[in-house]
Amino acid sequence: MNHTINTTQKTANATPLETGYNFAFLDEQTKRMVRRATLKAVAIPGYQVPFASREMPMPYGWGTGGIQLTASIIGQQDTLKVTDQGADDTTNAVSIRSFFQRTTGVATTEETNKATLIQTRHRIPEQPLTEDHILVYQVPIPEPLRWMEPRETETRKMHAHEEYGVMHVKLYEDIAHHGHIATSFDYPVQIAGRYIMSPSPIPKFDNPKMDNCPALQIFGAGREQRIYAIPPYTNVHSLDFEDHPFSVQTWDEVCGLCGAEDSYLDEIILDNEGNRMFVCSDSNYCQQRLKAGHAGAMTAPQGQPAATRTESNEENNA
Amino acid sequence: MHNLCSATQNVAAMPKKLWQPKVETEEHPLLTVNGVSKYYGDRAGCLHVSFDLYPGEIVGIVGESGSGKSTLLNCISGRLSPTYGSVNYQQENGDLCNVHEAPEHLRRMLMRTEWGYVHQHPRDGLRNNVSAGANIGERLMGVGMRHYGNIRSKATDWLERVEISKNRMDDLPRTFSGGMQQRLQIARNLVSNPRLIFMDEPTGGLDVSVQARLLDLLRELVAEMGLAVVIVTHDLAVARILAHRLMVMRGGHVVESGLTDQVLDDPHHEYTQLLVSSILQV
Repeated sequence: MNHTINTTQKTANATPLETGYNFAFLDEQTKRMVRRATLKAVAIPGYQVPFASREMPMPYGWGTGGIQLTASIIGQQDTLKVTDQGADDTTNAVSIRSFFQRTTGVATTEETNKATLIQTRHRIPEQPLTEDHILVYQVPIPEPLRWMEPRETETRKMHAHEEYGVMHVKLYEDIAHHGHIATSFDYPVQIAGRYIMSPSPIPKFDNPKMDNCPALQIFGAGREQRIYAIPPYTNVHSLDFEDHPFSVQTWDEVCGLCGAEDSYLDEIILDNEGNRMFVCSDSNYCQQRLKAGHAGAMTAPQGQPAATRTESNEENNA
Repeated sequence: MHNLCSATQNVAAMPKKLWQPKVETEEHPLLTVNGVSKYYGDRAGCLHVSFDLYPGEIVGIVGESGSGKSTLLNCISGRLSPTYGSVNYQQENGDLCNVHEAPEHLRRMLMRTEWGYVHQHPRDGLRNNVSAGANIGERLMGVGMRHYGNIRSKATDWLERVEISKNRMDDLPRTFSGGMQQRLQIARNLVSNPRLIFMDEPTGGLDVSVQARLLDLLRELVAEMGLAVVIVTHDLAVARILAHRLMVMRGGHVVESGLTDQVLDDPHHEYTQLLVSSILQV
């Protein structure tokens, strides 16, 4: 891992280390097996490497793949950030973060630029990633061809022989029925001109961030037992048609809290009258902007804590 | 000489003497089947079958159920590997390809470009969870066509050619009648301009009037495109209408073969005689 000097947030804060467990829960042989699969995945960008996924102390679908990847590459020097749908304080993120606090004792952070290892579910942080980051994705269904071809034996052959026509059949269907490519998340990408890959259910808004990204991106699917990766600075192409080029979501609104125009927005229903607000889905990004003095239409008045969904950081930085 | 030959043949699409006196033409066979046998354990599916198929020629394989027709068809179309024997296919670029020893990617590529396979049940041959238009467009996208408008207009053309109204284009195949599904399957196969089509009982589950229309359509398309066809059927009427040449199978053996009219009007083998005499007369 990267030996970033980042001792500011060392977990001096309470959470006691669990006893009776190996560092990061998994035993060393398992971690070695996962690392081998990860290395292979990095060597063949976009290729799904099978691995012997272990039972983890959480249900399938909650990030068992991502957690195994994180457990096998995390080191004492790392600073971990965990997000779920962009937010640091949702159930999944909180429980995975506390899991690693209790089994490794490494520093955790909610700030993207302080983290060295980011486990994420369904979002890529808004703040540009650097070579010092490793991004770990949780993946429910790693096979992008599954929707068209239910047989695993067949999809493997299709990958091997680069028979990717059916991916466009799916996009064709979208245009035929909706007039535009309506796939808005888990939008298929082609890695380095070869393998077609599912980017996990991130919004297609995040697809351009994967292209030529300086950070290493690794994907773990626990139930489906697959690991795949995008090495740093790899070409990632989102599939499209010549007359229907790839495009990302846009909003007429800006973030109600920080006024950001360039971030992915969540819509929040406020009452039964149909009032709603839009806020950044990346809670850390929104916080940083608030601190920097940006304000949106619904920002809380000065002196009072902003009504964002991230409060846990406040005490540290107050 | 060679060019001349192929030109006249394309224009005429009349394979009268394409197969019998082989010495007279320099045209190479499209498909050469050489002593193909297939065993399932110690039971034989088909035994020592050899024949040549020339461009534009339609060969019918007839026989009772269990006679090995479908086994033979699957062997020569590369879907099953024969126990003995070989199948050679002359590719469009002139290369000879041993179907069962060729690398898998080449075989799969042939199957979705230069070949077509029409199943008895259209559901086996169609992608049922996508619209009719996408079914037709799949082969085009498979060979790298990436312009939605062009794919769509090609699909429209083909729907018209197989007599399906183009406002059904975005409907799922399961909303189609059996005959329409079968026509859609044919369009899906023909859109890539294949040279060779395998058909397994293409009119199997259809009623007689729909059958007649489908046969008419098939005959027209095949002649127009100069396709070579291997068609398996138990229906001698279908064979009579479509096939230039017939092979009669029984118990895995080809018991008689020759020009369709010759075989049906003057059957030599006792089984063929039985078969011909069992046709129901109205």
